Amino acid sequence: MTAPTATVEGSSLRVCGVSKQFASPTDPTACTQALDNVSLEVTAGELVSIVGPSGCGKSTLLRLIAGLDKPGLGELWVGEEPIVGPSAERGLVFQDPNLFPWLTVRRNIESGLVARGVLRDKRHEVDEYMRLVGLDAFAGAFPHHLSGGMAQRAALARALINHPKVLLLDEPLGALDAFTRMRMQDEVLRLWESRGTTMVFITHDIDEAIYMSDRIVIMTPRPGRIERIIDVTLDRPRERSSREFLQLRGDILEYLHFGHAVR
Amino acid sequence: MNALPEINEIRPPLVAAEAPSPAASAAQRAHARPWSWKALLIPVATAVAAVLHWQLSKQQNPLATKVYFQFLGIVGGASVLIALLQPFWNALRKWVNNMGPIIAAALLLLSVAEIITAGLHLLPLPYFPSPASVLFELISDYDVLFDCTWHSLLLLTEGYLLGVLIGVVTGVCIGWFPGARYWGMPILKVVGPIPVTALIPLSMVVAPSTTISAISLVALAVWFPVTMLTASGISNTRASYLDVARTLGASRSYLIFRVAIPAAMPNIFIGLFMGLGTSFLTLVVAETVGVKSGLGWYVGWAQGWAEYGKVYAALIIMAAFFSTVMTVLFKARDRVLVWQKGAIKW
Repeated sequence: MTAPTATVEGSSLRVCGVSKQFASPTDPTACTQALDNVSLEVTAGELVSIVGPSGCGKSTLLRLIAGLDKPGLGELWVGEEPIVGPSAERGLVFQDPNLFPWLTVRRNIESGLVARGVLRDKRHEVDEYMRLVGLDAFAGAFPHHLSGGMAQRAALARALINHPKVLLLDEPLGALDAFTRMRMQDEVLRLWESRGTTMVFITHDIDEAIYMSDRIVIMTPRPGRIERIIDVTLDRPRERSSREFLQLRGDILEYLHFGHAVR
Repeated sequence: MNALPEINEIRPPLVAAEAPSPAASAAQRAHARPWSWKALLIPVATAVAAVLHWQLSKQQNPLATKVYFQFLGIVGGASVLIALLQPFWNALRKWVNNMGPIIAAALLLLSVAEIITAGLHLLPLPYFPSPASVLFELISDYDVLFDCTWHSLLLLTEGYLLGVLIGVVTGVCIGWFPGARYWGMPILKVVGPIPVTALIPLSMVVAPSTTISAISLVALAVWFPVTMLTASGISNTRASYLDVARTLGASRSYLIFRVAIPAAMPNIFIGLFMGLGTSFLTLVVAETVGVKSGLGWYVGWAQGWAEYGKVYAALIIMAAFFSTVMTVLFKARDRVLVWQKGAIKW
């Protein structure tokens, strides 16, 4: 399943046998196995979502791909390059937009260009990105004036302006209300389809995962492992209440052991 | 006391009582201009102070009386002018509506002080002179006072800026680099809490001149809180801001100068305010014992001659001087931290 797009900006992503341990905060001699021998291949321009209960290591996996942490074992690759540290080619958007509160919306969106030292050449793109996420009227506003959805759109624009090959999204829509969330899902899909960025998308929301992704990775905790990977073959745009959608939803709940009511 | 900063304007009762057609009421409003009765408080208080002083003036220095009447005349004249102009000048009306009660209360407080000192002689002389003689000293010795204020300002500015500069640099280093933290923190913890005034004897021996010793004492007094608060602000920068910046391609200098320092700015300003407070204290003490100029020196000198009118005059200048400096820092803070939601008002 590949992305239905003409231009593919994204890169493929390979996670090979990655394990990661953390020292337990309570007992220094004990370790928590956050990830245990996780392998995953994502093709260029694919949108993969990761679902699973908390503690299954999905955020850890995303931080490893971002290069913010180093794996204990295993290797990670973007295209033909090994991941050795954070880079502008792998953008990251958190549940909390984490806009810099001391910068205006415009300066926040610019900050990726400033960080790479290319603002002078690409200044004209800033307006384009603010229009892209519908924030051109709020250029001079400070982040605390924005609603949750607007702030998250600004965070998306800030990540996208660097043209990342892989965009990592850690429950980006988790803090939004249901209606804003559905609208934002469409916006993320629109951006994905127009640019062909490879996206890895963590979510708690199974509907969201089915609605958006090409494949769904189901993870289980303690130790964090990939339980199974499901191809979503429904045609886009997807119907949230179609029979196939609901069938798939039931299957996924089954895999996560929430399939049956308590008897 | 009616000290609420609300804008109550007296409207003609007609407009409030009836509800005439919009056009008519607009016409009436245009005719009866808005007017704040609080503008009258200052002239009334001035008149009270003048009458009282006239009653008590026979026992006082006639030169002081003349100066005091001139002062009251200027205040009274200005306040009458303000009361007359305020219907035509919105900003002025807002100001007088807000400040009228406070200024009137201050004038009445002067009168109370005059009754206690010159009227009833409740407090011993020469320690408690009347307001008129304090004002007289303020005016007659203005050239020395001006010179002293100027020297204090120079000393304060040099010491404060030096302390802030070094404090921010050491604070950023201690807050960011683990090595600097390991070696710097113990020094900070041991040296910082020593009251700088206790180091005066040492500084007079070490420094080549009293001015340099005073500047370095003020700088040291400022350095400690600025370093402490800057370091804690930098090391408490939200990790997710740094993570986001890293995934945007940030270099280390971007992380320090564009993320950690802006994120620490609210803390740095707390350090700047604390440092300013201790710098005032250190300045006055250093001037009293070391440098032979400045307002701190003037107070000690005037006290030596038992000229308490001059002591109070210098205290008035100090109050105005230090609160102006404080206001300037608050304005700077408001400029730099516009992005903060709620901030403490000065």
